[in-house]
Amino acid sequence: MIGIVSYGTYIPKFRIRVEEIARMWNEDSNAIKQGLGVSEKSVPDIDEDTATMSVEASREAISRAKIDPKKIEAIFVGSESHPYAVKPTATIVGEALGVGNYYFCADLEFACKAATAGIQICFAMVKAGMINYGLSIGSDTAQAKPGDALEYTAAAGAVAVIVGKDPIAEIEATVSYTSDTPDFWRRDLQPYPSHGGRFTGTPAYFRHVISAAKKLMESYGYTAKDFDFAVFHQPNAKFPQRVASMLGFSEEKIADGMLVRAIGNTYSASSLMGLCGILDKAQPGQRILLVSFGSGAGSDAFAIRVTDKILEYPRNAKVWDKAKNCVYIDYGLYLKHRRMIK
Amino acid sequence: MRVAIIGVGCTEFGELWDKSFRSIFLNAGLSALEDAEIRGKEVEAIYIGNMSGGKFIDQEHIAALIVDHAGLAEFGIPAIRIENADASGGSAFRQAYMAVASGIHEIVIAAGIEKVTDANDPMEILSTAVDQEWEKFVGANLPAIYAIIARLHMHRFGTNEEDLAMIAVKNHRNAVHNPKAQFRKEINLEDVMRSSYIAEPLKVLDCAPLCDGASAVILANEEVAKKICDTPIYIEACTQASDYFSIQNRKDITTLQAVVIASKEAYKIAGVEAKNVDVAEVHDSFTISELLAYEDLGFAKKGEGKKLIREGETEIGGKIPVNTSGGLKACGHAVGATGIRQIVDLVIQLRGEAGKRQVNAERALALNLGGSGATAVVSILSR
Amino acid sequence: MVPRFWRKIKYRYEILTSFCENCGNHYYPQREICPKCRREGVLKEEKVCDYGKVLSYTVVNGRTIALVEFDNGAKMLAEVCGKVEIGKKVRKAFRKYGEDGDFGIIYYGTKFIPIEEQN
Repeated sequence: MIGIVSYGTYIPKFRIRVEEIARMWNEDSNAIKQGLGVSEKSVPDIDEDTATMSVEASREAISRAKIDPKKIEAIFVGSESHPYAVKPTATIVGEALGVGNYYFCADLEFACKAATAGIQICFAMVKAGMINYGLSIGSDTAQAKPGDALEYTAAAGAVAVIVGKDPIAEIEATVSYTSDTPDFWRRDLQPYPSHGGRFTGTPAYFRHVISAAKKLMESYGYTAKDFDFAVFHQPNAKFPQRVASMLGFSEEKIADGMLVRAIGNTYSASSLMGLCGILDKAQPGQRILLVSFGSGAGSDAFAIRVTDKILEYPRNAKVWDKAKNCVYIDYGLYLKHRRMIK
Repeated sequence: MRVAIIGVGCTEFGELWDKSFRSIFLNAGLSALEDAEIRGKEVEAIYIGNMSGGKFIDQEHIAALIVDHAGLAEFGIPAIRIENADASGGSAFRQAYMAVASGIHEIVIAAGIEKVTDANDPMEILSTAVDQEWEKFVGANLPAIYAIIARLHMHRFGTNEEDLAMIAVKNHRNAVHNPKAQFRKEINLEDVMRSSYIAEPLKVLDCAPLCDGASAVILANEEVAKKICDTPIYIEACTQASDYFSIQNRKDITTLQAVVIASKEAYKIAGVEAKNVDVAEVHDSFTISELLAYEDLGFAKKGEGKKLIREGETEIGGKIPVNTSGGLKACGHAVGATGIRQIVDLVIQLRGEAGKRQVNAERALALNLGGSGATAVVSILSR
Repeated sequence: MVPRFWRKIKYRYEILTSFCENCGNHYYPQREICPKCRREGVLKEEKVCDYGKVLSYTVVNGRTIALVEFDNGAKMLAEVCGKVEIGKKVRKAFRKYGEDGDFGIIYYGTKFIPIEEQN
């Protein structure tokens, strides 16, 4: 049995409210909050970045499962805000965790789904007997151009998932759906991403998430009823809600994973943050559908079944508690924290 | 062999914009030679305290440069630069003292010089005196290290920010009558207390300003001194000690152990006790360093340094006047020159030439520190 | 200065003290010889626990710098993210210390977070 043996999360403590951003641009904050289903987003401290958050999330994952770091033999960091354009984030993580030097390692980039791709790689490597444990991290300090619609949701956070045998949550099946769809991108050397506006919806997010979810269910014989929980990539609260109803999942089944409402879109960490919100309360035998989405575009779908091992697994502090424990900052401090003013 | 100081010289301390490194030195050196009434070629060696010619003015090999500019290359006089951060001056003095005491040389110059105003950020350069890898890396510059020491001293012994402020006020008051001091004006307690924090709890007016300056003293053995000098001042002891470099490794950061060791040794050599010291110049790079000096030199018990300043005992007219020159705080801290400047001021006191700052003194003590106290030099002088 | 940072990365990313098996003292940063036992000392690297308490601190250039003391007696200077007072318990955190301009490397290291501000 191969799956998730541990998970760790990191959410920076600062938040900025939608109202505060809307104040800058003379926009109607109520309309925005209603449209996005998001009221605030997490903001990293000035000395935090994708690498530091990756380390914090990973340290939590390692300490919860009491895994000897030396047994982690693969590290993948999925992000679209790697601190270096050239030089891996994952080696910084490996050094800070003390995993030694014999490990498989790479940074991954596939917009918001790089970390679920990392989980698939780790899963395959464990299955192939190449490694004992693999660590996949989704971490982002998402960039958004001031004044762009993305500014209301582009958040920061990290999730670390350790894949191995004897898991707390078995990965029963995974499939991917991928196509060349330029819905959202950032050109080389550009500080901020661009996007196709409404083009990011139907042909991008919905097509990929639904295709991957349906393929998983068809191939492995699941229906929506077989899942106790579902979690989808969360660029805002509306998209996952709509996709849930299109796939036949009730609001209840997705509620525990809807971290986007409290912290915004943590990009590479987004769908995994939701998964952790669910794992924090899931009971043995319960099954979770996880579908990520990365612009460009692709979705990775997973059927994950919680095992008895979760009963002896320490699950505090809970992701939702971390989301709620915060300090609000104004737009000026936000610019400073995001280093848009130096 | 007994060693005497037969001549002293010092430039004005301050922002000497129109004076170069070499010309500052020449000024101090010439005044010392003039004071000793010797020509120059009698000098057998020159010891120059200088913290960072390399960083302040991008010039190394400054000893030979200075010899040349002073017109002494003609005589081939050997010279060496001594670096011990802001204890460079004191350390050069000690090297010069040992050279004469050992009998190798009869007459030598001990000097100190720093030209800081050519550099953009002198405090950053002074802060290279703390551990760059484990102190400076995390953002702790020199003021921060002393601030951390001050905070714990306050917490543990009830010292407060006003006690420190009173030290700054006293030193400014003393400097009014020192023609070489950078700040010859009084400040009051409110001025200090209202000044902004540099590194909490240390404020702008708790910190000695860095400045340009040079100072020089001429040392000779007793025999020579008696022949050519009417008022020789004798060096009873000159000791130096080291401490753990970074405060992370010090057992108790509220004690500068190098000061304790060096002063005990100096008292022993001179055959005196702390209470026999009549006047002292101590290294008040920050007001807390003067307070620590009261305790670590034995003028007060540990934790009771505040009583000395509260009761006026370190004022001119007090039991043990400290920094009658104005100290680093009001004279200005010309880094490598400071340790020699302290000696110059004590010689002036012991000769009875201090004018309105004059105290009645037979025996004087100088304390020069490097960085956060990893180096301490203690000198005891007498008439 | 890249090699100078790189050489100590291990000790910056994780808190490792030198423990002398001869005298039982812990030292931070790591040492190559025990100052108490000198050549009789036997130094071993030891990971300290994630918590310490503030022995003293200052605020300089807008940053809080504290002298943090661990249970084993070793002390470490580090930045603290947040407000502290003497005696406050703090937890280690992996953070950025700075960077070498716009083109140079990024300096990561260990900072501390006051315990009630723990995320």
